[in-house]
Amino acid sequence: MLYREAGQFKASYAEDSQIFPIRQDKIGFWLLMLAFGVAVPLLANEYWLKAILIPVLIFSLAAIGLNILTGYAGQLSLGSAAFMAVGAFAAYNFILRIEGMPFLVAIILAGLTAALVGILFGLPSLRIKGFYLAVATLAAQFFIVWALVKFPWFSNNSSSGVVTAQDVTILGYTFATPEAKYVLTFLIVAFMALLAKNMVRSSTGRAWMAVRDMDVAAQVIGFRLMRTKLLAFAVSSFYCGVAGALYAYTYIGTVEPEGFNLDLSFKILFMIIIGGVGSIMGSFLGAAFIVLLPIFLDNFVPMIFGDSLGAGFVSNFQLIVFGGLIIFFLIVEPHGLARLWQIAKEKLRLWPFPH
Amino acid sequence: MKLKQTVLLGAAMAGLLASSVTSAAEEQFIGLPSYRVGPYAAGGVGIFGGWIDYMQLINERDGGVNGVKLTWEECETEYNNARGVECYERLKKKGSTGNTLFQPVSTGITYSVLEKVAQDKIPMVTIGYGRTDAADGRVFPWVFPMITTYWSQASAIVNYMGQKEGGMDKLKGKKIGLLYHDSAYGKESHAIMDKLAAKHGFEVIKIAVAHPGNEQQSQWLQIRQAKPDYVVLWGWGVMNPTAIKAAAKTGYPREKLIGVWWSGAEEDTVPAGAAAKGFVAAGFNVAGANYPVVADIKKHVYGKDKGNMEDKSRIGSVYYNRGVVHGIITVEGIRKAQEKFGKGKSLTGEQMRWGLENLNLDDARLKALGATGFMPPLKITCADHEGPGKVKFQQWDGTQWKAITDWVESDRPLVRGMIEESAAAYAKEKGIKPRDCSKES
Repeated sequence: MLYREAGQFKASYAEDSQIFPIRQDKIGFWLLMLAFGVAVPLLANEYWLKAILIPVLIFSLAAIGLNILTGYAGQLSLGSAAFMAVGAFAAYNFILRIEGMPFLVAIILAGLTAALVGILFGLPSLRIKGFYLAVATLAAQFFIVWALVKFPWFSNNSSSGVVTAQDVTILGYTFATPEAKYVLTFLIVAFMALLAKNMVRSSTGRAWMAVRDMDVAAQVIGFRLMRTKLLAFAVSSFYCGVAGALYAYTYIGTVEPEGFNLDLSFKILFMIIIGGVGSIMGSFLGAAFIVLLPIFLDNFVPMIFGDSLGAGFVSNFQLIVFGGLIIFFLIVEPHGLARLWQIAKEKLRLWPFPH
Repeated sequence: MKLKQTVLLGAAMAGLLASSVTSAAEEQFIGLPSYRVGPYAAGGVGIFGGWIDYMQLINERDGGVNGVKLTWEECETEYNNARGVECYERLKKKGSTGNTLFQPVSTGITYSVLEKVAQDKIPMVTIGYGRTDAADGRVFPWVFPMITTYWSQASAIVNYMGQKEGGMDKLKGKKIGLLYHDSAYGKESHAIMDKLAAKHGFEVIKIAVAHPGNEQQSQWLQIRQAKPDYVVLWGWGVMNPTAIKAAAKTGYPREKLIGVWWSGAEEDTVPAGAAAKGFVAAGFNVAGANYPVVADIKKHVYGKDKGNMEDKSRIGSVYYNRGVVHGIITVEGIRKAQEKFGKGKSLTGEQMRWGLENLNLDDARLKALGATGFMPPLKITCADHEGPGKVKFQQWDGTQWKAITDWVESDRPLVRGMIEESAAAYAKEKGIKPRDCSKES
């Protein structure tokens, strides 16, 4: 009833090619931005900011990174966590070794470093595809973590290999409170998500999708495969690198190579599969699902069963439910939560008279 | 469906009522970031089981600490740093005075909350893991790597070898293999072993094992070629039984293979079977159920069917007893702090910190607790948050661990020097001004 675009006419190409062509969507989007950008930092408590919202945002960014590579350009990757590690350690070293390095510049440089490493490990994609490429990126995962442990220079000769992130200071203001850190993370993630959304709607994104759908055909009609694929690797790793730097600086506060292990790579992959492959919004939904569901279960399951079952059973039961829910969602909607949202919107346009 | 909902609702209401009743009395809340699933669940179930059982014992036998009941809540971390941070944040405001003590039982989580505990004023105790240089209490007032640290352990292991050889001077010219888990944890051994090697004139052969370590053929080939006099097994998880089995296969005497405390539990030796017989490992607690404290737990906790362990045969195992040590330190810290801030009152994190900093578990106190020989006597001061730095060596006789030494000292001046040097570097990097311990009361 409310969700109708009747009477909204597009008079120019610019209007027709907006991200949100329907007015209700636009209003909804800005309300959401206001809610998360203004209301949340004012209202949410420390626990919600530090333990839930910041990680969801950061993992969303990493998921966007992987979605660009896997969802849009069709190159399967299992190295996302390693590129996050590159970003985190690069940001640490830039700030440590260059006097007066501004934080935002360090973040961008960290992303660029990750992009360079990403291009390097993306080279095999020119010759191999699919699962074979996944194995090649698996090598990136192991090699990068190994190298970060092996060469103490990366961690400034810390005996345990763990480094503590420096304070985040921009223009003399130190982002110390959870609210400040949240706002900073939110702004960076929102900006980069917008950038990603526009990138995949532009000719760059169309080139990626052409390569994804059939690379031989794409080559025949004039897309340069090497450029397109390596660009996808670079952009994807850039996003993962920035996510890694934020993970270190606004979330955990410490960086250790083992924190960025294969498990995390898989987690990011699950995020985009659950959220929706080839969807920016799906990255957010998937990250929220994978990060929040275990926490929700950990609170919810003991509330129902109490202590009667023993903590060991409760912990294992949560994993079973978590796995079960993933399978359930994939059966109900193999194209992810983003697709569910899209279906809901289509239904809503017809509601309440579907015939 | 309807019936089910009503039952669930009723149960939830009952739960709410019950929790509001208990909070009326004085309580001391302890948050437990446990891990009962995931790759390290075997250790987690034992440690957190022992810790919970000891707190249950205090509640059941003594009615709490001077009448203050201990309350706790578990939060599953899966040994994952991000989950650990979430648990820390979730638990920190629970209970009447908030979480008063955080023991992550994970080095990764320790590092992740290292700066947060100082801001939130919650003391963190890390027994046998975590950040070694936090033993300098002047730089790290809120962190207590108690009993012993990795560096003290390495030094104690070398001292044990010296004892075996009949004097530290006999170590000159010897070769010591260091088979380590190729991770930050394993590399923690390098600096201290290099220093000890230079001091005593032995040679260290460092051999890395990649995680998880279930394939060690090339490493043991290297050991066979180098023929070291001892091999230190600085392992973790599946790497330990694999190393023990590989040692048996290569014919390396198990008596010369010396594990660290994360390599010396039943979970490491039982899977290796007969090959593990004779294997020696260090530990800051011993195995065995024949200590009065463990007997009391069996009587007062399991006697009333309130025990935490599902597998009761693990009571008295290395990890379980390690959990009991965690419990003893928790409770004794509370007891000490109550002496200063009022008996029978709930404590804040700040008060708890004082209690931990003035902890003194001498022989008499350990005897009263029924833990003589169970753990080393422990005295914490403002400057020294570590304590004795002693370990006991146990040998696996094929069915159980047997202590073969008394508490073995570490090279205190050397280790302390390294700790202070490293802590000073941290203080400089972070702009922390170390406390003046002569002004602390």
